Amino acid sequence: MTARPNAIALSDIESALASLAVRAPATLASATLVTVGLADEYTTMDSPIGPVFVAWNGRGVSAVDAAGDARQFEQRFGRAFGRPIRRAAALAPRLERALARRLAGDRRAAIDLDLRGRTDFERAVWSKALEIPRGEVRPYGWIAAEIGRPRAVRAVGTALAHNPVPLVVPCHRVVRSDGLLGQYSLGGPGKKRAILATEGLDADELEELARAGIRYVGSDTTRIYCLPSCHNARRISDRHRVPFRSAAASETAGYRACRECRPDSAARAA
Amino acid sequence: MDGPLLADLATDLDGNFERLVLSHQDRLYTIALRLLGDPRDAEEVAQDAFVRAYRALASYEPMRIRELRLRPWLATIAINVCRNRARRRTLQLVSLEAPARRQLDDGGPGAVATSLADPTGGPLEATVRRDSAHHWAALLASLPALYRAPIVLRHVDGLSYEEMSSVLGRPEGTLKAQVHRGLALLRDAHRHSPDLDRQEMTA
Repeated sequence: MTARPNAIALSDIESALASLAVRAPATLASATLVTVGLADEYTTMDSPIGPVFVAWNGRGVSAVDAAGDARQFEQRFGRAFGRPIRRAAALAPRLERALARRLAGDRRAAIDLDLRGRTDFERAVWSKALEIPRGEVRPYGWIAAEIGRPRAVRAVGTALAHNPVPLVVPCHRVVRSDGLLGQYSLGGPGKKRAILATEGLDADELEELARAGIRYVGSDTTRIYCLPSCHNARRISDRHRVPFRSAAASETAGYRACRECRPDSAARAA
Repeated sequence: MDGPLLADLATDLDGNFERLVLSHQDRLYTIALRLLGDPRDAEEVAQDAFVRAYRALASYEPMRIRELRLRPWLATIAINVCRNRARRRTLQLVSLEAPARRQLDDGGPGAVATSLADPTGGPLEATVRRDSAHHWAALLASLPALYRAPIVLRHVDGLSYEEMSSVLGRPEGTLKAQVHRGLALLRDAHRHSPDLDRQEMTA
């Protein structure tokens, strides 16, 4: 009666094969959307002003925010970007190392940024801000002149206020053209002062100079003048330090502009 | 049936790409799982395929997107990703005459999900079906890749021979012969496999 064991018709094999279709794991769709940049993940990281939220997707880091708590951050992110966001266990190790290096002042640490939808002007402002060394500051007008838009000082300020990734793009190193610290997107001027302090810059001293009308300092040995926070300016001993109220005054006195901090750029802005 | 989705993708890729993923993720994952055997590899392949699809769509003119045939197009991408991985790793599974790896399909979460999702099967029937799926997945994995890909596309994914021809770049007649030969090999392998009940006891 029994046929050969396990005999089977081809049509039964076909239906057995049809039942081999399975469901995709739940992680597949969400991981895919993060990779193409249609959803983000976030976690917190240490910073000079304490833990901050950092968000990213497959295109790069998308946001840095000092929100009070995770819920507030998620809401703010949703309003600003309109994409779903989900807490991740941790940063990818490579990104974590690169962020730590960047925050420690290493401008060469490679960090991809997701700057979709930003204007060329904004990108130019932010990449110029990235050139400012740790512990130094430049006026808004300096950025405007350096990117070839000397009359766009106010727009530079606006672009910096809209920097989605403060600390990673160090907009805290850009100050008002009168030498005062000015606003800061990541929690106000107090935070700006605190971050600069961790970078070894005494903002009080800088503002004192500014209030006294001093915008530049020169060395009477090298006959070079700098922005006051330039590392070259800070090496000038008190005996040889010459204060200037304007770039024109320095030039008249026979000083040339430092090639690293380029103080003449600050002067060129309108 | 993908017409409305394609029209939406053509006008707003970012706003509709999630729909594409949700409506095709099960089949891309299934294709990869049945070709490669490993659930983790399959998930990576499916994700990679969707990412490539996204980048391609982002570079296509709206007209070209509307004219896509989504099912075979996505299958082509997934199969290419599988091939690239195989080439990179010189993975024994996809090389042409590879023997089966025994634990090819551990029945993974996907297989269980299928049986649970089946509304017609009671618990007992579901168990039998799951074991049967395990059995057939293992036999399928033992097929030479030359036959496995056509079998998976035709009988697991349900593509037409015409669609398969564009996916695999082989003539329809060749594919029909390969599917037929593959089914015969599966029947022989089934015939010589240990009895299902005994297999269950020793599993």
